[in-house]
Amino acid sequence: MTSDVQNVQAPALEMRGITKRYPGVLANDAIDLDVRPGEVHALLGENGAGKTTLMNILYGLAVPDAGEILLDGKPVEIASPHDAIEHRISMVHQHFMLVPVLSVSENILLGEEPMSGPIFVDRSGAHRRIRELGKSFGWEIDPDQRVGALSVGWQQRVEILKALYRNARVLVLDEPTAVLTPQETKEIFAVLRKLRSEGYAIIFISHKLYEVLEIADRITVIRRGKVVGSREPAATNEQDLAEMMVGREVNLTVDRGDSAPGDVVLSVDELRVKDDRGSEVVQGMDLEVRAGEILGVAGVAGNGQDELVEAIVGLRRPSSGRIRLDNDDVTHAGPRQRHRLGVGFVPADRHRFGLVLTFPLTDNFILTDYYEPPYARGIVRNEAAIDERAIRGIRDFDVRTPSARVTAGTLSGGNQQKVIVAREFDGEQRLLVLDQPTRGLDVGSIEFIHRQAIAKRDAGTAILLVSAELDEVLELSDRIAVVFRGRIVAIRDGRTADKNEIGILMATGGSEASSAPSSPAA
Amino acid sequence: MSTQERTSAQRRLAGLARNVWALIALPVISIVLALLVGVVVILASEVVVPGHPFDVTLPFAAYRALFEGAFAGIDPIVNTVRAATPLVLGGLAVGLAFKAGLFNIGAQGQFLLGALGSVTVGVALNEASPFIAIPAALLAGALAGAAWGFIPGFLKAISGAHEVVTTIMLNYIAVAVIAWAVSGPLDQAGSPSPITAQVGNAALPVIIGHNGHLGALVAVAAVLAVGWLLFRTTRGFEIRAVGANPDAARYAGMQPRLIIVVTMSLAGVLAGLSGATVVLGVTHYMTASFGTTVGFDSIAVALLGRSSPIGIVFAALLFGAMRAGAPLMQIQTQSLIPAELVDVLQATILLFLVAHTVIRRLLKLRGVKAGLESTETIARTYGSESVG
Repeated sequence: MTSDVQNVQAPALEMRGITKRYPGVLANDAIDLDVRPGEVHALLGENGAGKTTLMNILYGLAVPDAGEILLDGKPVEIASPHDAIEHRISMVHQHFMLVPVLSVSENILLGEEPMSGPIFVDRSGAHRRIRELGKSFGWEIDPDQRVGALSVGWQQRVEILKALYRNARVLVLDEPTAVLTPQETKEIFAVLRKLRSEGYAIIFISHKLYEVLEIADRITVIRRGKVVGSREPAATNEQDLAEMMVGREVNLTVDRGDSAPGDVVLSVDELRVKDDRGSEVVQGMDLEVRAGEILGVAGVAGNGQDELVEAIVGLRRPSSGRIRLDNDDVTHAGPRQRHRLGVGFVPADRHRFGLVLTFPLTDNFILTDYYEPPYARGIVRNEAAIDERAIRGIRDFDVRTPSARVTAGTLSGGNQQKVIVAREFDGEQRLLVLDQPTRGLDVGSIEFIHRQAIAKRDAGTAILLVSAELDEVLELSDRIAVVFRGRIVAIRDGRTADKNEIGILMATGGSEASSAPSSPAA
Repeated sequence: MSTQERTSAQRRLAGLARNVWALIALPVISIVLALLVGVVVILASEVVVPGHPFDVTLPFAAYRALFEGAFAGIDPIVNTVRAATPLVLGGLAVGLAFKAGLFNIGAQGQFLLGALGSVTVGVALNEASPFIAIPAALLAGALAGAAWGFIPGFLKAISGAHEVVTTIMLNYIAVAVIAWAVSGPLDQAGSPSPITAQVGNAALPVIIGHNGHLGALVAVAAVLAVGWLLFRTTRGFEIRAVGANPDAARYAGMQPRLIIVVTMSLAGVLAGLSGATVVLGVTHYMTASFGTTVGFDSIAVALLGRSSPIGIVFAALLFGAMRAGAPLMQIQTQSLIPAELVDVLQATILLFLVAHTVIRRLLKLRGVKAGLESTETIARTYGSESVG
């Protein structure tokens, strides 16, 4: 962009020599980072590279062991988020810090309530300001709307408005696109461009390479707590950035090779499932997954995938239909029974179904097998076998952790996911259900998990892959089933599938004629 | 190499110390702050109560007497242990439920039913051999408590009825049941007011000092048993998993509803034993208005002890010491300081514990354990209703 002009300007924010040590890890090792007014500076790095730590230090949530923070060239002390806000630094967290039961305006005002007197909040004045702020981005904001009723994309806008309302000039966005649809991502980028043109200094954290290339004026890559380099988007490409991030050559696309499908492992007939509110969101699905093949389920989130997956692994009771595993009818079996028949599950929400965050890794590795030998003798736990299991999993799946005894909640997202994968991929699986297995992960972890999935397929496991990332489905699947409003509207061969056609099917469901499931095109 | 090993060993030791501090910091700080508040309360009461010269050293005299009454000599120590015994058992009853994500306010009701169960059997067997009478009476207390714990567990499992609500109601019912039983079927003929007969041979024998009864050993056994259950068995793993993440527990093939029923019943066993040790070890009979606040104090004990069996022992000993030392404090201060000061101290400790976020901010504590999981359980169970 207009980088020549920006180079002249002094940085709005500078972090110098930031060092932070946690027990067992050097999270930040003398990191330098600056951002100028009117610049989007992308901070790129794998999960656990130290991005979040650095931003927590900037926002006063963590105290650095060494280093200093300068605003307009003057050193400042940021001991709490309150200080950060005072210095006009704002952060939009990956997991929104909004109170769902409060209204948009209440969320924006929280902690900064403008008073119209000694007692009362100046509501109408605040509402006016919020509406005006929204209008400047072309948003029709209803300040009285309850935040919990908003879509994820709109919640993020509320977060941004909150930052702007507090007169932020340094804006940090921590993986803002991780939860957004492609359309919402485009919109948020438009917002960022507008903010940049108005002179805001923006730090954009991500591990999606193409996004960073699209939006950033400068890209700084950190790996294992150190800055490995800075690039301008024009002078680099995805491959280059990925290698900087991971520190070795990476294949952005996995060579999936040929599949050799065997017998049918999973067969789902006329399955109907209701969601928590009682409406039928899976409306008569049929599908088959064979040994040694990956069936990808493509679809916009919320078209019944979650309920389908939960019904297949035994977490949700179908209202009708049948689920068979090999030759066993498991429609009414519980999760444990299915697990014993060889079903592994990588859930989309790893904090909900995948891990107990307050438990050490050891306990998480045996979460599904804790009652069986060798992990239990009768009802007594066998700690030695449990430790051994955890150490093996950590080694085989390259989980980056100071020890097997730390709680799962202290690991980065990618490493948490590796713990789940290590647990669920272990042993002779018949069926693996992978629900958004790489959501929110960095390239290194994605590559790793994709390879593991291919290896499992080649070993004869049937794999059901559900993903909202169409690229992931296209890359891995031998066959692709497109879901739309609780039905499978098309099945295509994974090798010959056309991305555009699948995209249109996902968005529209195709013609009525294809609403009945068809056999593979090939 | 060897120096490196040593530094790594040192680092591990430092890490351990940090972890221990992170765990005990809030309880210790809460106790210290409560004692400071106590100083203020005593000084203020001196100002309010007329006719005495103002004595700045009174708080320290009071605390010294409290300490002497609790620890100076065999008898004070035995008194402390004796007062701590039911609190240990009650604290375990609340703490175990916290581990499963349940807020057992019903420890008081389970305590009362346990006392009733043991006095019933104790009176019936008061001439039998102690080797039969004591175990039978303890067992009856445990079972009666278990029944009183089972009810809310069962209701929650089948209908989602919240244990906070049902256990509070069951506490009231327990009081009424005792009033009825003691003034009706268990009433000793010929006594002027409703009172049961003595438990006779079912009384727990004194094993140390003047009145240090066998109940202390029951409490120690319960601590070991609960610790073993929670951390060494698969059942305990299930209890902790259901408490920490019910969804993950369900995926892991555990049955949260069953675990809820089992945990509440076990909590009832512990609270029931607590009641049994009081009746069989201390009072030896029951009146229609039999009541202590042991069941409620147990909640404070469980919170202060972070629901850990070891922590509960220390917390119960602290509260027991205050109970044991309070009479001496009152005597030595010529009743200027009433024994009820310890209630103020207990309540203040609890207040600081529950307000831990405020304390952490005011004292700028970092790295101290994020909070007491048990207070999170309280917040969760009070705030949002869910168990589908």
